[in-house]
Amino acid sequence: MPHDHSDHDHPHSLLPSDPALRVKALETILTQKGLIDPAALDEIIDTYENKIGPKNGAHVVARAWSDPAFKAALLEDADPVLAEMGYYGRQGEHMVVVENTDAVHNMVVCTLCSCYPWPLLGIPPGWYKSDAYRARAVREPRKVLADFGVTLPEEQAVRVWDSTAEVRYLVLPQRPEGTEGMDEAALMSLVTRDSMIGCGLAAAP
Amino acid sequence: MRPEPTFEAPWHAQLFALTVHLNEAGQFAWPDWAERFGATLKQHGLEKDLNGGDDYFTAWLETLETFLTETGAAEAQALSDMRAAWEAAYLRTPHGQPVYLD
Repeated sequence: MPHDHSDHDHPHSLLPSDPALRVKALETILTQKGLIDPAALDEIIDTYENKIGPKNGAHVVARAWSDPAFKAALLEDADPVLAEMGYYGRQGEHMVVVENTDAVHNMVVCTLCSCYPWPLLGIPPGWYKSDAYRARAVREPRKVLADFGVTLPEEQAVRVWDSTAEVRYLVLPQRPEGTEGMDEAALMSLVTRDSMIGCGLAAAP
Repeated sequence: MRPEPTFEAPWHAQLFALTVHLNEAGQFAWPDWAERFGATLKQHGLEKDLNGGDDYFTAWLETLETFLTETGAAEAQALSDMRAAWEAAYLRTPHGQPVYLD
């Protein structure tokens, strides 16, 4: 019998949306076939909701600002440096860290889908996944930056990095002025998620 | 200011975790997944600009269903039957009680 929408008593459970039901169907069938372990799904969700996020990336950036040898190693070959900190890609991707300087500002996009440095930044925000950002970041990066409230000097070039399933990028933002003498923990609080995507700058102290 | 939720809807989180888990269990390589997902997004994006929210995960779901159907991990008819079974289970379960399949 069709669901009577004029009934406000909700005698039965609220029906999940069509995609939610399809996801449940996938889960049930794959579990029955022994292809997935439902407990592992909960663990993955818990990890991404509670354990992995931009603070990981901020940790890396703050250390790079504080320790020149660490920074050199990070820019040279990020994977072993990040692995040592416990930040490695579960999908086998390579991480590349690109440094912002007075001469160049780096920005990251994924024009294919939404490849993103999960271990360092968590799950991407909605705008990173939108068609608008994915198309415009490459075509008119300065206009996109302006939408984020960032205006760069004319002489500072903008370089846009297109992520792939194999290579993910993290922007090392410029260390703000007036932060001399701040320790790693204090510096971390200035490193925003957007600054590590290249759509923002590190916050002023 | 409240922080943005990691996932806007529970099914986004479930679908994400399911896909990551299947990859880690060796069901498919991540680059193959990304290529297929990118193609679906492109197809969906022809009709309207995707906002990166629900429509993004709708494209994700379609990609995963098709991929698993092709690899034989899940059959299209079985998926459709199971979806109907869950819908029926929700409709017959009184509000507030846990929902079970038959």
